[in-house]
Amino acid sequence: MSLPFLLEIGTEEIPDWMIEGALENLRSLFVEAIGGDLGASVDATPRRLVLRAQGFPEKQADVIKKISGPAVTAPEAAVAGFARKQGATVADLQQEDGRYVFSKLMAGRATRDILADALPNVILKIYFPKTMYWTAKNGPHFIRPIRWIVALLGHEVVPIEIAGVKSGNLTSGHRILSAQQIPVAIDNYERKLRENFVILSAQEREARIRAGIGGVQDEHLLRTLVYLTEYPTVISGSFDREYLKLPAEVLVTVMKHHQKYFAVYENGQLTNRFLAVTNTDGDPDGLIRRGNERVLRARFNDAKFFWETDQRKKLADRLPDLAHVTFQAKLGSYLEKTERIQGLVKELGGDPAAVRAAQLSKCDLTTELVKEFTELQGVVGGLYARVQGEPEEVWTAIYDHYKPVSMEDSIPRNRAGQLVSIADKLDTLRGCFRIGLVPTGSRDPFALRRAAQGIVKILVEAKLRLTVRQLLGGDAKLEDFLLDRVRYYFKDIRGFKYDEVNAVLASGWDDLVDAEERLLAIQAVRPTEDFEPLAASFKRIQNILKQAQFAADGGSIDAALLEPGPETDLYTEFQNVRSRAVKLPYRPALESIASLRPKVDLFFDKVLVNAPDPKIRQNRLALLHTLLKEFSIIADFSEIVTNG
Amino acid sequence: MDSYQDIIFKLKKYWSDRGCIIQEPYDLEVGAGTMCPETFLRVLGPKPYRVAYVQPSRRPADGRYGENPNRLYKHMQLQVVLKPSPADVIDQYLGSLGAIGIDLRKHDIKFEEDNWESPTLGAWGVGWQVMLDGLEITQFTYFQQCGGIDLDLVPAELTYGLERLAAFLQFKDSVYDVEWAPGFSYRDVRFDDEVQFSVYNFEMADVTTLWKLFDLHEGEAARLLAEYRKLSETLTEPRTLESGSPSVDKARFPLLPTYEHVLKCSHLFNTLDSRGAISVTERVAVIARVRKLAVGVAAAWMDQHSAAVAEPPEAQAEAVR
Repeated sequence: MSLPFLLEIGTEEIPDWMIEGALENLRSLFVEAIGGDLGASVDATPRRLVLRAQGFPEKQADVIKKISGPAVTAPEAAVAGFARKQGATVADLQQEDGRYVFSKLMAGRATRDILADALPNVILKIYFPKTMYWTAKNGPHFIRPIRWIVALLGHEVVPIEIAGVKSGNLTSGHRILSAQQIPVAIDNYERKLRENFVILSAQEREARIRAGIGGVQDEHLLRTLVYLTEYPTVISGSFDREYLKLPAEVLVTVMKHHQKYFAVYENGQLTNRFLAVTNTDGDPDGLIRRGNERVLRARFNDAKFFWETDQRKKLADRLPDLAHVTFQAKLGSYLEKTERIQGLVKELGGDPAAVRAAQLSKCDLTTELVKEFTELQGVVGGLYARVQGEPEEVWTAIYDHYKPVSMEDSIPRNRAGQLVSIADKLDTLRGCFRIGLVPTGSRDPFALRRAAQGIVKILVEAKLRLTVRQLLGGDAKLEDFLLDRVRYYFKDIRGFKYDEVNAVLASGWDDLVDAEERLLAIQAVRPTEDFEPLAASFKRIQNILKQAQFAADGGSIDAALLEPGPETDLYTEFQNVRSRAVKLPYRPALESIASLRPKVDLFFDKVLVNAPDPKIRQNRLALLHTLLKEFSIIADFSEIVTNG
Repeated sequence: MDSYQDIIFKLKKYWSDRGCIIQEPYDLEVGAGTMCPETFLRVLGPKPYRVAYVQPSRRPADGRYGENPNRLYKHMQLQVVLKPSPADVIDQYLGSLGAIGIDLRKHDIKFEEDNWESPTLGAWGVGWQVMLDGLEITQFTYFQQCGGIDLDLVPAELTYGLERLAAFLQFKDSVYDVEWAPGFSYRDVRFDDEVQFSVYNFEMADVTTLWKLFDLHEGEAARLLAEYRKLSETLTEPRTLESGSPSVDKARFPLLPTYEHVLKCSHLFNTLDSRGAISVTERVAVIARVRKLAVGVAAAWMDQHSAAVAEPPEAQAEAVR
């Protein structure tokens, strides 16, 4: 008989953002513990992590274990003793290879027992970024207290106990709308939950919210709300149009970040409506709507108060105040940072607008609005600069200069913003590396990885041909760090193959725009038939040179020493290709290099590099070396991983 | 409609019915109910305890001269500490909302992750902000550490924002319009405090004097902690139980007064901060100074109480006398 299995870990509200990871982890721990997949599927609400699987046998198969006893020549008493110990008689024993053997029937363990042993470990091993204990100091750790456990195999309870909670068949419904101790069976579990205002399926909760919103623009907020509710219902509210005079950025931040509402747009314009997702089955009396509207009004009032207060002092007049805002104890105040950013922007070739933007970039840190809504730093500065009459190029640059805040985010929209952003991040990187604040493992309190990635992204995507190494102030550690981020960007963000990235970066990464062009070329040429074999040949050349300990300055090619046939052919072809390739864009240049392949193959087929005459040998090595060197400007082909 | 004070009465009654001692506010300035000895010290050690009290909480930087409808220099918290936290703690909490007339079937309640940490107290816990129709009404925390010490029992701390709750229940947009008692608004009772303390904290508090006071209180707390340490060191010698012996001195050592000096430091720090007298770099250093004292008191308190538990009853009786 094959049995289904259900596990529900009932907890107090789990932080929404941890749930999906925990489920994935629960599934793999379970599969590992029982040594099989058995269609294990997981689902969750804020108050329950659920795993279901099918096809368990009632028990494991019986096995016969042979127990070896005394030798057949042993005294009778010893043999009898052995039999007695096995709970058998001498007649039950067999003889094998000169010894007495007893075949013992080992009954297979009941699946229920196996699960009962395994589950507590599976549950308590689920990884959460921050756990707690709740029974006592040495009690178990979990994300929040476990309050009930449903563990069923077929119709039977799998008996386990964690933190004093015994498993059973009682689940809990919606905190407010339902009864708390509801008996369930595997086949009615999801239905029972639904009757008690719990929608187990995250997918279904998501669909319910989507239907209520109509056109979701914010998938992240949606995910949050899916895991903040067991029975999501969308309600709609509004606010006084008067508040629309405040910048949309501020209104949206309040709604989205502080209140978890969806803002409503019409023809791209923010309206005075919002959508809230409640954990209820409705709001017949409009009480919930009115409550939410009141809270939003209070929040908007605060924002309005700050906005108006801040206007009393212009951004430029706030510059001296930055002397009192510390950037980092050893790196001085934001005033000092501002001066450094300005200097860097000039160094990078910024125009007066860019320099002005750099000067005002950090002034919003002293505004009430930014103190209240820190996530709006930069944006608020940009908005104030606009109101205060700064030219568009300047205010947009201030507005954008924290961008990109993630790898999905866009880069600053104009050159001034791009330069200020790079200068700001460079200053942070250089400063932190200088005083030894280098990220280690997962610890990166100054978000230096993000800063470095931001620089890379801007350089490449804004097509800024700045010499990267020059920007880093000659700090070798920082160069390694940035190279790592360059690699990450091309490989993980842009999806280039790792060996292509290695090949291209090995040929230089001073100009990232150029590196990108080379990567695109390799990516395009790689599938052609000559490319990988040629890459293999280049690797072979490299090995030959290494074995021969050929020095980079090991002499130039003497055409007179070349043997007619494949060797001369290769040389001639090499010269042709070289003169052609230097004039070509990377892609046709690569194609042209790849076309060298038959000649290279023929050379290796027919010519002995290791010629007896040292002069000829040296000349051949020089030929190979030149070939490798000249054609490694685009990429170091020996880094390409080939099947050959 | 319940007045502000009715709401407080009902909540106190509710928690009293659930075995809480109803304490009165601590008579020193604190930034939060957590800082009162009834929470800070009582959560330490293995002894169960249940207490509820209203605590006026002072946050100088939050003062708005009475102009902002939702922000106050001094607001009232109802602080409930259940040590250890019962398994049905959330149901008990939800019951308290019912007790003040909130029909939860008609409202939206959510528990959103919000972990709490107090660097000055060397304390942290995990929990939620409880949202009622989008309004944060309670901070719910399972304490894990206090004064740098892992807690033996895990207390649940419920902190209700009473003004917000009252404004919600009375449908008021401004805290100042809340009816405190029939015929008296919150404005009538508290407006002057808000104005005058804002003026003092932001404009007139004398920075030099405040620093001097800070140093004095810090010095006194540090002196007392050093005395206690000295006492502990003499106690490593063989114990005697006669009156006046070090062990008895230890049991009656004034750690509670020591802690009051720490609280004074904390409040002075907040006032200096609102006055703009503390730079960001200094901030960290001053917080560390206060934490050092708070952690010192917590450790001494643990020591004092484990000593009391470990000694024979005669010695304890002696100590009490």
